[in-house]
Amino acid sequence: MIRDFTLGEVWFLVLALRWTLLLTAVAFVGGGVVGLGVAVARISADRLPRGIAIAYIKLFQGTPLLMQLYLVYFGATFLGLEANAWVAAALALTLYTSAFLGEIWRGCIQAIPRGQWDAGRALALGPVAQLRLVILPQALRIAIPPTVGFLVQVLKGTSLASIIGFTELTRAAQIVNNATFRPFIVYAIVAALYFACCWPLSRLSWRLEPRLDRAPANRRPPWNTAGSAAVG
Amino acid sequence: MDYVFQFGAVWQDFDKLLLGAWLTVRLSAITMVLGLAVGILGAVGKGSRSRLLRGLVEGYVEAIRNTPFLVQLLFVYLGLPAAGLKLSPEQAALLAMVVNLGAYATEIVRAGIEAVPRGQVEAGRALGLGPYQIFRLVVLMPALRVVFPALASQFILVMLASSVVSVISAEELTAVADTIVARNFRSFEFYLVVTGIYLVLTLAFQSVFALIERRLFGRWAGHT
Repeated sequence: MIRDFTLGEVWFLVLALRWTLLLTAVAFVGGGVVGLGVAVARISADRLPRGIAIAYIKLFQGTPLLMQLYLVYFGATFLGLEANAWVAAALALTLYTSAFLGEIWRGCIQAIPRGQWDAGRALALGPVAQLRLVILPQALRIAIPPTVGFLVQVLKGTSLASIIGFTELTRAAQIVNNATFRPFIVYAIVAALYFACCWPLSRLSWRLEPRLDRAPANRRPPWNTAGSAAVG
Repeated sequence: MDYVFQFGAVWQDFDKLLLGAWLTVRLSAITMVLGLAVGILGAVGKGSRSRLLRGLVEGYVEAIRNTPFLVQLLFVYLGLPAAGLKLSPEQAALLAMVVNLGAYATEIVRAGIEAVPRGQVEAGRALGLGPYQIFRLVVLMPALRVVFPALASQFILVMLASSVVSVISAEELTAVADTIVARNFRSFEFYLVVTGIYLVLTLAFQSVFALIERRLFGRWAGHT
């Protein structure tokens, strides 16, 4: 029996969006915590943690997210755990997010001039305090736009959780489509729902991005206090 | 932990996996060429004087970049037939991949073109080059040289995303593994090996890109 495609179906899709958003939030927070560790290990002076972090990033950036999901999902069985789509999706997306955020944040930390570390040391701060009090607050400012940008990737990435059977938005679309056989309208609405969540984030990331035409004064080299007017 | 790994099953079917990997490579390579072409056209369109054309390109880029590839793929494969366009899984996969890459490539190529100093175009004109020659030699090539690393990483991303087309059973690497696993239930072993194959493909594509960058753009060094 074919069901009609009604407002009830649309509402079902809208409600499924909360699982997409929840999964995004979990992966993003989890990935952020692990990612900070990855970033710190990646810039470590010690070869071992640095090497491990590099391998970790290469592994997750060099393989498909779908394979990472499958490995966590099917890997649970060999550990003797019951395969649970929700846990597997959250874990796989957390690991994936952490590798990318780790690499993004490493770039931001390394963009802070070395002199800032030296200044921290001159104030008798330990390495951790230098990072926490001097470097991270400055790195945070330049990290926000690419981090928000990557949040869009995570949100889109959660759609793959539908393949291992987690009922978020894309899986809900499949369910509605199987009942109504109206793929065009179903997937158009689902795409619109994703767009409604992602586009504001993309805009925000773009607006936060420092551009050459409006670089903040403190990012100018110190001898250039008068700006370009001083030239000539 | 009483699970016994059985990688023997994987080696038995390894030739099938390699065949699937070959389709992944072909699909990705064609997508890279066509997607870059779409990207160049899109970048030109975005810089056009026509507001309508600019708006259309902008809409295309934003629509693709803010929706998941999986949804785009399902829309092409399941949704378009309802609108009268029937595609085989491979055709649908290729179309979705090209449309997806094209949007990202548009943004990347556009950034490259914007980085070309205006004076260079004027210099080209002063040398008596025609508009097409100016675009190709003075704008496009230096632009591509600047953004080639960004393009290359987008190419890798599209190759990795191609594993998603297994859901519409286009017989690439992941789909081949899916089929075999459905028969022998050795999912973890198979997907572990398949993940390894993808990693090798990533490294292989990266070295090809490094080679292309040296060969193709080496002589352009110093032009920007």
